[in-house]
Amino acid sequence: MLAQESHAHSAPQGFLRKYVFSLDHKVIGLQYYFLALVAVFVGMFLSLLMRFHLIWPTAVLPLLGEIKPETYLSLVTMHGTIMVFFVLTTGPQGGFGNYFLPIQIGAPDMAFPVLNMLSFWVTFVAFGVMLAAFFVIGGAPLHGWTGYPPLSALRSSGPGEGLGADLWITSIALFCVGALLGSLNFITTTLDMRARGMTLMRMPLTCWAWFLTAVIGLLAFGVLLSAGVLLLMDRTLGTSFYLPLGTINGQLTGHKGGSPLLWQHLFWFFGHPEVYIAILPAMGVCSHLLSVGARKPVFGYRAIVLAMLSIVVLGFGVWGHHMFVSGMSPYSGFAFSVPTMAITVPSAVLTFAWLATLWRGKIRFTTPSLFSIGFVSLFVAGGASGPFLAQPALDIQLHDTYFVVGHFHLIMAVAALFGVFAATYHWFPKMFGRLMNEALGRWHFFITLIGAYAIFVPMHYLGIAGHPRRYSQLTEVGYLHDLIPVQRFITFAVFFTVAGQLIFVFNLLWSMFRGEKATDNPWEATTLEWTTATPPPHDNFGGQTPVVNNGPYEYGVPGAPREYVMQNDPTAVEAR
Amino acid sequence: MIESGVAGGLDSMGLLLLFVIWLIALASMFFFVAKIWWFPAGASAIAAAYDHQFVNTGIAMGAAFVVAQLGLGILIWKYRDRGAANRARYHSGETRTEILVLIFAAALFMAMDIGVDLLGGHLWAAERFREAAPDAVRVEVTGMQFAWYFRYPGPDGKFGATKPELEDASAGGEGALGLDPQDAASKDDVVTGTMVVPVNREVEVTLRAHDVIHSFGVPAMRFKQDAVPGLAIHMHFTPTREGNFDAVCSQLCGLGHYKMHGIVKVVSQEEFDKWLAAREADKQ
Amino acid sequence: MASLTPTMPAPPPTASRRHGGDLPPGAGWGDGGRSEPGSPDYGARLRRARLGLAVALTPVMMLFVAFTSAYIMRQGLPTLDPRTNTVVRDWVPVELPTLLFLINTGVLLLSSVTAEFARRQLARQVALEPVRSIPGVSLVRERKIPWLALTIILGLGFLTGQWLAWKELAARGFYVATGPSSSFVYLLTGGHAVHLFGGVLALLAAGLSTVLGRPLASRRIVVDVTAWYWHFMALLWIYILSLLEFAS
Repeated sequence: MLAQESHAHSAPQGFLRKYVFSLDHKVIGLQYYFLALVAVFVGMFLSLLMRFHLIWPTAVLPLLGEIKPETYLSLVTMHGTIMVFFVLTTGPQGGFGNYFLPIQIGAPDMAFPVLNMLSFWVTFVAFGVMLAAFFVIGGAPLHGWTGYPPLSALRSSGPGEGLGADLWITSIALFCVGALLGSLNFITTTLDMRARGMTLMRMPLTCWAWFLTAVIGLLAFGVLLSAGVLLLMDRTLGTSFYLPLGTINGQLTGHKGGSPLLWQHLFWFFGHPEVYIAILPAMGVCSHLLSVGARKPVFGYRAIVLAMLSIVVLGFGVWGHHMFVSGMSPYSGFAFSVPTMAITVPSAVLTFAWLATLWRGKIRFTTPSLFSIGFVSLFVAGGASGPFLAQPALDIQLHDTYFVVGHFHLIMAVAALFGVFAATYHWFPKMFGRLMNEALGRWHFFITLIGAYAIFVPMHYLGIAGHPRRYSQLTEVGYLHDLIPVQRFITFAVFFTVAGQLIFVFNLLWSMFRGEKATDNPWEATTLEWTTATPPPHDNFGGQTPVVNNGPYEYGVPGAPREYVMQNDPTAVEAR
Repeated sequence: MIESGVAGGLDSMGLLLLFVIWLIALASMFFFVAKIWWFPAGASAIAAAYDHQFVNTGIAMGAAFVVAQLGLGILIWKYRDRGAANRARYHSGETRTEILVLIFAAALFMAMDIGVDLLGGHLWAAERFREAAPDAVRVEVTGMQFAWYFRYPGPDGKFGATKPELEDASAGGEGALGLDPQDAASKDDVVTGTMVVPVNREVEVTLRAHDVIHSFGVPAMRFKQDAVPGLAIHMHFTPTREGNFDAVCSQLCGLGHYKMHGIVKVVSQEEFDKWLAAREADKQ
Repeated sequence: MASLTPTMPAPPPTASRRHGGDLPPGAGWGDGGRSEPGSPDYGARLRRARLGLAVALTPVMMLFVAFTSAYIMRQGLPTLDPRTNTVVRDWVPVELPTLLFLINTGVLLLSSVTAEFARRQLARQVALEPVRSIPGVSLVRERKIPWLALTIILGLGFLTGQWLAWKELAARGFYVATGPSSSFVYLLTGGHAVHLFGGVLALLAAGLSTVLGRPLASRRIVVDVTAWYWHFMALLWIYILSLLEFAS
């Protein structure tokens, strides 16, 4: 078993062991980060094609030709799948979690470095398999990232539902395995490898968020894996888990007795917690960075931990709110709406805590602070549309319209990505020893903030007007014609926002080699990663054992020798 | 690196951020309040109550949204780093203020939840917890890639048997549904491509699907329900206005999803009776 | 290697340490723990491996919880028969090869016992190693029963038995795709077999590391964790068998 590998591996030599099959959590974190970066650009490119097609449906693109309705649906499917799995799950958790969880708790590495390496490479292979779906006969699947059977379970239900769909489901199954290995590592590391004095309640909120995210992943990905196994069996072994007696293209399918709703239950049991897998790390990062930026302790540390914890618990009891119009019993629908509405309570507590952290602060408008503030704004905006969808009666009209698309993009996609951006600007100097350019960072921030709102807020209006999602052409239904100007506005907003992301990539790559050299603690932050060298040595602390005496957010302590007190400063802050 | 002088030089940043956040918040709200893009005018008995509940929720959430965004703007402007002119206020541990503020937040939203949920739940219950009226017009709605078919049981009040092996989409109508000609009850069944229903009478729809999941969404009726293979889902609504209303497929069903479009035609009772009789006569 | 330093006895399986602010480093990696594998931080490594196993069992449980809920839900689910326009129940119970399953259960339980002996055997060896390495001290040699090998053989025996059971099911006309009920039987038993096979591979790796002369402590950790995993597999099997036998 791989568990025998101790964390105490010595620094590797040679390119392969050092940068490719590395056991070092920092290298693995960077590998995850760059995987997510590649994936986010693939996903963004797909969305660009989608938006282009909606406005100019007959345009012939160079190299790609005309986008057909089925191609549009493949783009929808792959955009969603790549973004949810390979960006929002791998970036915040696999990338930054891997890199900074061990350092922030004062550990030399993850608990099981070999499993950590495996988890990345399995994820990497999964990504390759996913992309391969584009290049097989029939192309990528068209069943959407939710993959509802029978559409996803029948090979002849559309182009892309043959080999493309096989690759899609295989990739997701592989991803589950990788994610489970990662979660296992995060949980064991947090519970077993904290430095002396690093009590749970002294952990930075980032660590709490990564830990809780791992707990969600551990419980959720096993269920998605089971759903995927059943789907693969239906597709290849002729079983009928999801397939009732029915026809496709006028031919009997040969299946009988299954239930399409079974997939929806299993999928959303995973799918809703997946939302929190994406957003929790961003909550942690932004709570953390707001305190760093405002130069004062985070407001209500315990309340934030408790709120995140209750979001985890509630998150497992609400999957049915995706299924209000699915044919599920109306009584279940009613039952699912109650915990769903209840999630607004911890969310409100978090929002108040963030606002109150800024209150009476001394805010430095560094790029990480800007993105954290932007996160709060987006979290409120995305959260505000939640209670519409949480009520089954109101959801009827909004279900599967652009309202839902706008809602979940704001809250889980853009808000989570703001967390990733904030984390990137904040930790870049620790990872690469150089600072990112602040002026470019500010341009990136304002373009992204304005662009994200300009894209996703109008989608709410479309949804209210009854515009169904996943429509490749807007010409067939009369009232959709009237909504085309809104769609056009959104497409132009997408162009604007994508341009802003090019600034980010330029800044990232340029600063890596040409950025201003950073000191060990450029932001004057207190947590352990800023006590070590830049970039950190192989075992993080160069053979030293950090001993933690203080909480993570001791800023502006009256009477302290410095404006901030490091977690490992020998004199404990009196009042704590 | 971050000398407070540098941050002090960014004094205008707080103001800019305040301005941008306020602008975004107010512009977003403006289009909601102005209702430039809004629900189609209601055409069913539930529409008014639905819209009412939507607006109520909108007021609660809109207020929370605006207050939070405007507050965020003020906070970042007021508490920006002003060099030596201000200092952050340190607080340690959970103070009484912290606990009170957060309990207030929790209580406020819990109260709002309970209020909104009670009202919304009432609406949901009214629509779904009760059976359709005995005198409701019964229509079976069947989705298949990529068309809707509507079946009326005829004078005997019974939907006849259908056989999946008889389905022939190219035949359209009865053929597409695979109506079994051997079954006596199917003799008088009427199958159409447009849904015609009388005004001010409850319509009981039975939703079925042949191949994949479809969803019968009629925005003007505030009605939407998935049609799932292997299930026959009963729902009901009452049209209150004559006219033609769009029905759109609202669950991804394949490459023709975007054109799976139907019309719900609401007519007067007499017109409906006349139309149905004519269709029955066609069958003979 | 490195066996001259005092070795702590293996803690009882339930022993777990609480973390508090004033306790020594939870990791046990500080100071002495920076050396190569097999060093005295092995107590901490064993604890960490066990914790890792406990965490890893959670998704396995979730997998079977999902299968179970699907099974129960499907069983009670009526489906629409479009021919008659009525809702029918079409659950056909599978005729299970109960006797064969019971024999397999016996084999698996026996293997669980041998796995436990293998685990304790190694624990003893580790505990006695420092004594044995003192020159001139000789211990009464204990009888070396190859518990590990026995466990592997019994495990493979169980898998063969399961294979026979599937053959028997097929002979009775229940194939994977015959109906929902038979699909579930294959799914649950097959899912368990795959997980058990993983355990066999782990034991083989432990056996191989004996041959390769890997440090005793490392082997001890692998065997310990796999033995616990093995017990879990035995419990899981009893659960699955009861589910198939009684919940229909």
